[in-house]
Amino acid sequence: MASGVAADVVFRARGLTRTYLMGEVEVHALAGVDLDLVRSELLVLLGPSGSGKSTLLNILGGLDVPTAGEVVYRDHVLTTADDRALTRYRREHVGFVFQFYNLIPSLTARENVALVTEIAADPMTPEEALGLVGLAARLDHFPAQLSGGEQQRVAIARAIAKRPDVLLCDEPTGALDSVTGVLVLEAIDRVNRELGTTTVVITHNVVVAAMADRVITLADGRITSVRPNATRRPPRDLEW
Amino acid sequence: MVGMVRALDRKLLRDLWRLKGQALAIGAVMAVGLAMFVAYFSTFTSLQRTQERYYERHRFADVFASVKRAPLSLATRLAAIPGVAQVDVRVVADVTLDLPGQPAPATGRLVSVPVPRAPMLNDLFLRRGRWMDVGRPDEVLASEAFALANGLGPGSTIPALINGRRRHLQVVGIALSPEYVYTVRPGEVIIDDRRFGVLWMGRQALGAAFDMEGGFNDVVLALSPGASEPAVIGHVDVVLRPYGGFGAIPRRLQMSNWSLTNELAQLRGFGMLVPLIFLVVAAFLLNVVLSRIVSVQREQIAALKALGYSRLELGWHYAKWSLVVGVGASVAGVAGGAWMGRGIIAMYNDFFRFPELLYRMPAGVALAGLAISLVASVGGAMGAVHRAVRLPPAEAMRPEPPAMFTRSLVERVGLAHVLGPAARMVVRNLERQPVRSATSVLGVACSAALLVLGLFFLDAITEMLRVQFDLVQRQDVTVTFVEPRGDAAVHELRRLPGVLDVEATRTVQVRLHVAQRSRQLLITGLVDTPRLQRVVDIGGRVMALPPAGLVLSRSLAEALGVEAGGSVTVEVLEGRRRTVRVPVTAIVDEYLGLSAYMRLEALRTLLREGRLVSGAHLLIDAREEAALYRRLEAMPAVAGVSSTHAMVENFVRQMDETMGVMIGFNVLFASIIAFGVVYNAARLSLSERGRDLASLRVLGYTRVEISTMLLGELAVVVVLAIPVGLVIGYGLAALVIGLFETEMYRFPVAVAPRTYAAAAVVTMGAALVSGLVVRRQLDHLDLVGVLKTRE
Repeated sequence: MASGVAADVVFRARGLTRTYLMGEVEVHALAGVDLDLVRSELLVLLGPSGSGKSTLLNILGGLDVPTAGEVVYRDHVLTTADDRALTRYRREHVGFVFQFYNLIPSLTARENVALVTEIAADPMTPEEALGLVGLAARLDHFPAQLSGGEQQRVAIARAIAKRPDVLLCDEPTGALDSVTGVLVLEAIDRVNRELGTTTVVITHNVVVAAMADRVITLADGRITSVRPNATRRPPRDLEW
Repeated sequence: MVGMVRALDRKLLRDLWRLKGQALAIGAVMAVGLAMFVAYFSTFTSLQRTQERYYERHRFADVFASVKRAPLSLATRLAAIPGVAQVDVRVVADVTLDLPGQPAPATGRLVSVPVPRAPMLNDLFLRRGRWMDVGRPDEVLASEAFALANGLGPGSTIPALINGRRRHLQVVGIALSPEYVYTVRPGEVIIDDRRFGVLWMGRQALGAAFDMEGGFNDVVLALSPGASEPAVIGHVDVVLRPYGGFGAIPRRLQMSNWSLTNELAQLRGFGMLVPLIFLVVAAFLLNVVLSRIVSVQREQIAALKALGYSRLELGWHYAKWSLVVGVGASVAGVAGGAWMGRGIIAMYNDFFRFPELLYRMPAGVALAGLAISLVASVGGAMGAVHRAVRLPPAEAMRPEPPAMFTRSLVERVGLAHVLGPAARMVVRNLERQPVRSATSVLGVACSAALLVLGLFFLDAITEMLRVQFDLVQRQDVTVTFVEPRGDAAVHELRRLPGVLDVEATRTVQVRLHVAQRSRQLLITGLVDTPRLQRVVDIGGRVMALPPAGLVLSRSLAEALGVEAGGSVTVEVLEGRRRTVRVPVTAIVDEYLGLSAYMRLEALRTLLREGRLVSGAHLLIDAREEAALYRRLEAMPAVAGVSSTHAMVENFVRQMDETMGVMIGFNVLFASIIAFGVVYNAARLSLSERGRDLASLRVLGYTRVEISTMLLGELAVVVVLAIPVGLVIGYGLAALVIGLFETEMYRFPVAVAPRTYAAAAVVTMGAALVSGLVVRRQLDHLDLVGVLKTRE
């Protein structure tokens, strides 16, 4: 899926710039990024740390706003939306998987997923979502009782349970060993294939790029390459 | 299925459970503030209601007057005064009672009542026993407080010296009167139930004993609605003047009612300000603690926001968090307050005598308490939630950028070498967050201040007693004569056993007028350079009485609206009953009562009388006390004998009983607050800095070292807070004392070093206990866990 008709474009970003202050240092996280995402594609964002991957993902997810530029999600202009509109956008369309999982420590796996299913329009049950990521047996465990990979899969279940239109994953395997990482990537791959969810995965692990429809590389806040994969490799074939 | 409880609410319940220690501590602080508020407020309204009901049901009179002796026929003239609805004429006389087992003789006030019982003003409430029977002149009813203090009941006998004759009064019943809710011996301000009591006696019997069969010496009047009180008083005075009227007074100035009103005013001032201070402090602390708890959850809030929860939903989530604490605190506070209120009411009943004390918790008070607590708790959480949700989630989830540290002030001024690494971290951390550090200091300071406020009252009383009885009234015994006598009587007293020194006094009943204001009281005439009873201001300075003119106590001057250099019209209510304009030469700041002083000679000139005295102050040899009292009792010219020592002892006992309870509550509550504040401060530091400390442990720091860092910060906060708290405490004490002031008495703003010390020690104790509790938690710090997960 190298390109698509205009109707299939889910995200359309133009001239995205984001600077912010980190302590006393001004960081140019994004310096003019243009990007289109099409429906149901699985995009991998590659790049070293500090290249602006997370910033781009956060802006697409309505968690952050660019300093300049425009992002349109279908008919929503995200860059001019207020907090209320962004909240609705996230609630109705976006599933997020954070690098540090960000599970609520006082809630079990099932309850962490329920946090989302309770406010979504057409969700799966938490059990279904956790089943999809292979955690049917760990429903009532608290985050502290789960391994890192399991926590990350709970985070994925939480993100997909609402049947989101887009799934945004920030370094989902960053903190995991390769065996666990593959399990997590399989969960993401499955959601993308079975539910047709437009998916963006951030990684600095080049191997992961093989599972994508398209691979975009960032460096210093700019896109340095856009490379479509002729075929997607299933995650179980990846090794690092 | 997850069940009926929403996931967010489960988070709420589990967070509350995890932070139960902190939630309990905040809840306790809030509950304590509320309990105080509810207790005093409900006590005040209950007392006021009780008083109103009692006055109404027992037909408390509107105007009171006494007269030397007037014929009964005058009653018709008094009843004919426009505006008078009812007139009761009576015989009232103070007599000496010779109760067994009492060193100093007691005074009984005999008040005549109709036998058989008939409706009357100031109607009695018969608690026990029966009314007097016709033809039994020695039967009396005794006032309840006096009966309780002396173990009297129906069947008891009281030996009394009535008009020179010894009689054995038979107590047949125990009664209460709206006229004597607060019974104080004439000329004193302190209740002494053991040595002053009211005895009601049949009209015939009492009239016969004092040769008043066809006359009366006391009258009480009820006014018809809309009648002019000053006009009636003016009329009554005109009617009674030829018969030696002492001047009518309105209900407002009637001794018992005046005291009760003062006490209520005081309860309203003191009893409402103190709890209000507690409540404000509690709300402030709740606010601080909740906002810090919410700040700690910054990343969770961001994650929830990223998942699509709106600001409103998150705001409500944390509002519920604080509402649970607030509602819990309200329930405990209102229940505790009602329980305390009942206790305080019961205590007041030992003081004031009511047929029944109605304790009522007004719904408004309970609701106000609830509202205050909820607003305070929700307000506390909201500020922090607002700050948390305002950040874009991406930013909030990112770990906070490394905090801006600089070398601390202590280091900049070149003291770095004296600080170890732990101390350096403590100092830098405190300096980096000046607002938070200041808030912690202020929070702990407030609890120290409340301790000062709770305790200082004892100091104020001690100081007042010191001035009053070491400097002002230095006599051991005060003797009053039935009638003013020539000063030979003083020489007679000097010859009695054990008398070391004697000082004559002349007191005279007057009414002082300044424009529309007036007060009825005694002018005390003192010798030129008194050794026993002196005029001393609150600073302990002895004031020499000027050769002419009046010296007024500040309360009296303020009541009359006159200053030094002004003048008052003195209406003498005895003897020649002259009305003279007298200059006010000085004002003296005193703690007790409404007083007016003159030199003996100046007073005699004013009265146009010779060398008369109405009483004397004695300094005695304690070993001969009993013998002296026996001799004084036997002297027909002596109307009353009062012992300073007994008075002070009684006062102290009374204060211990009443104030002791309140001070106990204050201190208990202030200690709870101190603990709650310090414990929370320590717990919050732990949750905010747990990761840093665990990291240091991983780097090889020992438990002792990291404890030093965390608890060192707490120690610095407490050390800084204590002096601040003591200063605030003094300020609060001054504020409360200002409200405590009544015409009856006021208290010095005296805070003794021991009070400051106690406040400091309790605060440090609370800090120590909190420190130990947190220290235990620090010892169980899960190193891997803390580093792996983030809250």
